[in-house]
Amino acid sequence: MDPRLRGDDGWFCRGIASMIAETGLAALWLAASLALLQLVLAFAGLKGGKPDLLAAVRPAAVAQGVLTAIAFASLITLFLRSDMSVLLVVTNSHSMKPWLYKFAGTWGNHEGSMLLWVTVMGVAGAAVALFERALQRNAHMATLGGQAAISLGFYAFLLFSSNPFARIDPAPADGQGLNPLLQDPGLAFHPPTLYLGYVGLSVAFSFAIGALLTRQVDAAFARAMRPWVLGAWVLLTLGITAGSYWAYYELGWGGWWFWDPVENASLMPWLAATALLHSVTVLATRDALRAWTVMLAVVAFSMSMVGTFLVRSGILTSVHAFAVDPTRGSFILGLLALYIGGALALFGWRIGSVREGAPFELVSRETMLVVNNLLLTVILGLVLIGTLYPLMTEAFGHKVSVGAPYFDRIAGPIALALMVAMAAGPLTRWRKDQARAVGKRLLIPLCIALLVSISLSLFAWGRIGILPFLGLVIAVAVGVSSLAPLWKRKLLRTPLFTYGMVVAHLGCAVSLAGMACDSAFTVEKLVAARPGDMIQTAGWSLRFRQIIPIAGDNWTALQADMDASRGGSSVLIRPQSRFFASPPTTTSEAALLTRWDGQLYVVLGEEVEGGRWQLRIWWKPFVTLIWLGGIMIALGGALALVGRERRGWLMKWRAREARR
Amino acid sequence: MRLIVALMLALFVTPLGAQTALPPAPYADRQIADPALERKAKALMETIRCLTCQSQSIADSGASMAGDMRSQIRERIMAGEQPEAIRDWLIARYGDWVSYEPTAAPILWPLWAAPVLLLGLGLLLLRGRIKRRKRA
Amino acid sequence: MRRLLIWLPLALFLGFIGLFASGLFKPDDRVIHSRLVGQPLPAFSLPAAASDRPALTSAQLATGKPRLLNIFASWCVPCAAEAPQLEALRQAGAQIDAIAIRDARPDVDAFLKRNGNPYARIGLDARSAVQMALGSSGVPETFVIDGRGRIAHQHIGDIRADDVPMILQKLKDAQ
Repeated sequence: MDPRLRGDDGWFCRGIASMIAETGLAALWLAASLALLQLVLAFAGLKGGKPDLLAAVRPAAVAQGVLTAIAFASLITLFLRSDMSVLLVVTNSHSMKPWLYKFAGTWGNHEGSMLLWVTVMGVAGAAVALFERALQRNAHMATLGGQAAISLGFYAFLLFSSNPFARIDPAPADGQGLNPLLQDPGLAFHPPTLYLGYVGLSVAFSFAIGALLTRQVDAAFARAMRPWVLGAWVLLTLGITAGSYWAYYELGWGGWWFWDPVENASLMPWLAATALLHSVTVLATRDALRAWTVMLAVVAFSMSMVGTFLVRSGILTSVHAFAVDPTRGSFILGLLALYIGGALALFGWRIGSVREGAPFELVSRETMLVVNNLLLTVILGLVLIGTLYPLMTEAFGHKVSVGAPYFDRIAGPIALALMVAMAAGPLTRWRKDQARAVGKRLLIPLCIALLVSISLSLFAWGRIGILPFLGLVIAVAVGVSSLAPLWKRKLLRTPLFTYGMVVAHLGCAVSLAGMACDSAFTVEKLVAARPGDMIQTAGWSLRFRQIIPIAGDNWTALQADMDASRGGSSVLIRPQSRFFASPPTTTSEAALLTRWDGQLYVVLGEEVEGGRWQLRIWWKPFVTLIWLGGIMIALGGALALVGRERRGWLMKWRAREARR
Repeated sequence: MRLIVALMLALFVTPLGAQTALPPAPYADRQIADPALERKAKALMETIRCLTCQSQSIADSGASMAGDMRSQIRERIMAGEQPEAIRDWLIARYGDWVSYEPTAAPILWPLWAAPVLLLGLGLLLLRGRIKRRKRA
Repeated sequence: MRRLLIWLPLALFLGFIGLFASGLFKPDDRVIHSRLVGQPLPAFSLPAAASDRPALTSAQLATGKPRLLNIFASWCVPCAAEAPQLEALRQAGAQIDAIAIRDARPDVDAFLKRNGNPYARIGLDARSAVQMALGSSGVPETFVIDGRGRIAHQHIGDIRADDVPMILQKLKDAQ
């Protein structure tokens, strides 16, 4: 019992406190019934052509958003107050935990994260109901109906198999705490970022369903969907970038991407969203690629659900061992089959009546964007097949592994081709262009590519692999050409979304440069050293000063104090090897020293005989560009989103002024 | 039974007491003096799956058996053996599973054919979207 | 052709759903079996791991009578747990040899003193080299070797009480 609740008015406070969980649960039930109502109203209204029924759809969506927000706020309150009469709080929190981790602990578990999912979905549905003006009324209502149908499944999942507000009686004195390894700010915000992205894709999916149902797959549909796709894509980009950096510094292996099933599960929705983002632009601008865009919207959301399924069902072996549960896995699988199967059936049934529009000229922006879509989809397909292939062969009793060597070798060249298309695309005009003119615009990047490859060959021939070599050349050339859309333009009059595109494409080049540098020039040194030793590697001198024991909150550690220097003054770095008592585990905390031209990465290993300690030392030139590029890509997406939306408002405002 | 979006990594979380007290094999964490040979050995180790942890390569694993495997690989490379011969030796014992690099076994042909098939299908779809050049 | 393309996604999707369902409902099997089952034992010669048991070579496992080859280690907890079952097998007439993985003689001696010693010979495999040569993926494991020195069966993990009859049967089958 919370000591603050004792005292004269204790019974009253207890009464209030005990109602929070019930309030949350009631709000959730109400929201679920409203979703059902919203679905029925939209369906009956559209089918029977009754506008009075349709008039109630938007209020239902808004009320649902408010109710889910109340439910989620209740759960957060329960966690912040450490209400130990709620099972979820008991199993995932502790009254002595810092408030940030109590707060983040709300969604650091299955039930809480699913509640976060439906809350974001509810709030997004309310936003679609309130702010969407581009769509025709019918399509808008069908979209809201679709959104309600998806939400219903997740409400059912929560209420019937993962109730976050379940009570425990009698209430224990205190909670079991959150795993110490999860008490990391990065981990507190990495999952919700990905979730927000997934839910954004679910909105895009609802738009596609609405458009199919009302047979209004057109430019207005594309413009209505675009901000949701962009927003989701920005969040997915941030989530993946953060996850990659987290794995890089926490695992202590010096790698930033392992082609692990869980990582692939987060990459696939991103690939689909990236393709969708580009095809939606073709649909909005040229009213073409209708069926393809609808298909991509379905694929993007299905990849989010497949990812969630793969991660939670545990059917694939992963480094990132999530707590898994086959029952919940089968529930998600059921939802996946229902929604995506239904959507694909609807697609097959309706898409025949959608016109495809006139074919494109061979040299045109449209064709470049189609090439982009083709390559992204092929990469997506390969990642999907590669990830699931072990599961397929196991059905035939044959165990295989598909890992980094496959993905690097197969997806790598296609990704490089995609980068080349990315350099040329923005420099090609819509409708029709001349190959010669495009070539001229690409002349400077081509010359630079030539220069880089000559100097790289002279400098590093035979030392670096073919893929990193091509990666570096293409990164520099693409980086230069991605700035080309700004050449000879009045920079102040250039629309914000053009800047967005430039920044995002430049971000891709920056990220690629980081990846190529890391795999081409990383220097690894394994050494067993004793205190007092001097270690030389890649221009760095490390003096191993001492090993000292350190005590933390719930761990003890051995820490190596080392002075690192490159000529100038030295910096103290402290890699640790940590021991947690419960559960008994050791983790290694790498020491990272960031410089403008790379990172020094030092891991302290075990003691080997003779008082020597195993050390793994990496110098990774320009490795930070990988995540810098990721942030730039997300920033570019955000700029494009703001630019597009602001332009829409401005045009509406001008139209209204003109009418006066 | 906590269902957490929790990354409790099998290997950065090495259970205590499940390992030996014996020191690691001589070349488990010692590089070969010749950088070219070390590159060869490292490249191979990065593609061999750890039997103890199952979701990482032996190059990254802290398991003692992975250390013994690394040592054996380095020693055999120094003795002049080719990386592919060592990979085949391991596959003969542990099956295709042990290699993160898919082999050329018939059951893996579709995997290797996938990029060609997907690109082909894509180009077929693309052809329908592009205007044919008018004959002059 | 167009109709085919339109329904292709649904067909593929249903295939994936089937795959997921099979993955979800099949028993979880993360065990890697040796590919050498049915093949001759690789040649090896190991020094003695314990003070009162002789060393072990592969030739000594091809004596015309089927034998058990137990892979264990003094530092491995399930290995101690399966000791009574090994003792039961020995009493039922099985001849058991062993390989101690990454071990030291004093540790093995202490382990055998504590848990009993059902073994005829024990070889010491300090760097897991023979373990790898056998295609064994961990401790404990038990191989059934037929009289001609071929691997007839591999049992992965500790032997439970209800596994004993099955192992005896495998020994008989290997005759």
